[in-house]
Amino acid sequence: MPWVEVFGMGILDNIISQNGYQVVLRNLGYFLGGAGYTIFITALSLAIGMVLGLFAGLGKLSANKIIYMLSTAYIDFFRGTPLFVQIFLLYFGILPVLYDNDPVSSAIIVLGLNSGAYIGEIVRAGIQAVDNGQMEAARSLGMNQRQAMTYVILPQAFKIVIPPMINEFIALLKDSSLVSAITVPELMHRGDLVFANTYEATWVFGAIAVIYFVITKTISVIGDNVERRLATD
Amino acid sequence: MIQVVDVYKSFGQLQVLKGVNFQVAPREVVCVIGPSGSGKSTLLRCINQLEKTNSGQVYIDGEELTHPKTDINKIRQQVGMVFQLFNLFPHKTVLENITMAPIKIKGIAKTDADKIAMELLKKVGLTDKAHVFPGKLSGGQKQRVAIARALAMQPKVMLFDEPTSALDPEMVGEVLAVMKNLALEGMTMVVVTHEMGFAREVGDRVVFMDEGIIVEEGSPQDIFDNPQNPRTQAFLSKVL
Ligand SMILES: Nc1ncnc2c1ncn2[C@@H]1O[C@H](COP(=O)(O)OP(=O)(O)OP(=O)(O)O)[C@@H](O)[C@H]1O
Ligand SMILES: [Mg+2]
Repeated sequence: MPWVEVFGMGILDNIISQNGYQVVLRNLGYFLGGAGYTIFITALSLAIGMVLGLFAGLGKLSANKIIYMLSTAYIDFFRGTPLFVQIFLLYFGILPVLYDNDPVSSAIIVLGLNSGAYIGEIVRAGIQAVDNGQMEAARSLGMNQRQAMTYVILPQAFKIVIPPMINEFIALLKDSSLVSAITVPELMHRGDLVFANTYEATWVFGAIAVIYFVITKTISVIGDNVERRLATD
Repeated sequence: MIQVVDVYKSFGQLQVLKGVNFQVAPREVVCVIGPSGSGKSTLLRCINQLEKTNSGQVYIDGEELTHPKTDINKIRQQVGMVFQLFNLFPHKTVLENITMAPIKIKGIAKTDADKIAMELLKKVGLTDKAHVFPGKLSGGQKQRVAIARALAMQPKVMLFDEPTSALDPEMVGEVLAVMKNLALEGMTMVVVTHEMGFAREVGDRVVFMDEGIIVEEGSPQDIFDNPQNPRTQAFLSKVL
C-alpha cells in the first residue's frame, strides 16, 4: 500500500513543516490585530443588532398592521437570504448610493442588520415566553401597555433571552469572517493574505481557527457565569 | 358602585356572556358562584375590561368603562384584581411587587410607598417576607401578597377570581381570613368562589351564573337554603 504512505507522509510533512510554524510565529501579532478588528466589528454590530432586534421583536407583536408587516419583512429578508449575499449586495450595491462607504463601516452595517433580524426573533420568543398573567396583572393595576412592557414583561424576557443571545453573539463573531471577502482587515482576511504568500494552509488556518475558538469559548464561559448569577432568586 | 348592563361577550363562535345585568352597591360583598365554564371569570374580567365586551355597558362609579373615550388605565387603578394563580412579579421582591404600581403610575415617593406597603404587609401578616422573592413563598402567602399589591393602589373595588382555588387546603383559611377582614372594613368586593362557606358567611349577596346568564341572585340564606330555580338547586345539591 505505497499510496497510504505517500499520502500520510504528505500530511505529516505539511503539519510539522518548520516553515509553517515560523510563518505563524512571525505573523502572530498581525493575526491578533485582526482578531481585534473581528471583536470590534462584532461588538458594534451586536449593539446595532440589539437595538434593531428589540424594535423588530416588539414590532412582530404589535397590533399595528403596518409595524407588524415592516418588522416581518425585515426579519424574513435577513434570515431568508445568505449573509454572504447580503454583504455583497450592500457593500457593492446599496451602501455606495447612500454614502462613500468603506469596508469596515459597511461590514458593521450589514452584520448589524443581519443580527438584528435574528435578535428580533429571539426578543419575540422571549416576550411570548413570559406568562400571560404577568401582563394582565400589570394592566389590572392600571399600567398602560408601555409601562407593563417596561417594568414587568421586558425584565423577565431579558433573563429568558440571555442564553440565545450568547449563541447569537458567538454565531455573529464566526460569521464576521465572511466580511474578509470585502477586504475588511479582520482575522480571516489576514489569514487569507498570509496563506496567499506562504501556502502554509494547515498552519495558517489552524492558527486562525484556534484564535476564533479561544474568543468564542471565552464568550460562552462569561455567558454561563452571567446566566448563573442572574438565575438566583 | 358597579353596574353591568346587558353585557354580551363571545370568543369566536362561543357565546360566553349572553346579556348579563348586575349591580354592586358601595361596601357590598357579592359572591358569584356557578359551574365551570359558566362565564364567571369572563364577567369579572369584563368589569375591568381585561376582556373587551361585544355589547352592553359597564359603569364604575358612574363612569362608563365601555365608552371608547374612557381612560381605562385611570379606572383600573381604582379596581383591584386578584387572580387564581396570583400573578406576582417573580423578578421583584414582595415589597417591590407592592410598591411598583404606586411608584410608577401614581408617582408616589419610594419612602412613602414603602411605608404604605409595610402597613399592608402587616395587615396580611407578612411583614417578615418583605424582602423575599415570590418564588420562596407558599401559595397562601403569595395570594396574600397579591391582595396587598392590589390594595396598594387604594382601589374602590376589589375583584377576586377564585382566589383560593389553586391553594392547598390548609392555606385556604389564611387567605379567606384576609378577605373577610377586608369585607369588614367596608371594601366593595366581587368574589368568584367555590367556597360556599365564605359566600354564606361573608357575602351580602350571592349570584348564581349558568351558561352565560345570571340565573338567580339573592341573600346567602335565600340562595343556599331556599333556591328557586331548578338549575340553582341542581348545582347546589352537587357542591354542598
Ligand atoms: N380567552 C378565551 N378564548 C376562548 N375561549 C375562552 C377564553 N376565556 C374563556 N373562554 C371560554 O369561555 C367559557 C367561560 O369561561 P370562564 O373562564 O368565564 O368560565 P368560569 O365560569 O370562570 O369557569 P371556571 O369555574 O372553570 O373558572 C369557557 O368555555 C372557556 O373555555
Ligand atoms: Mg374562572
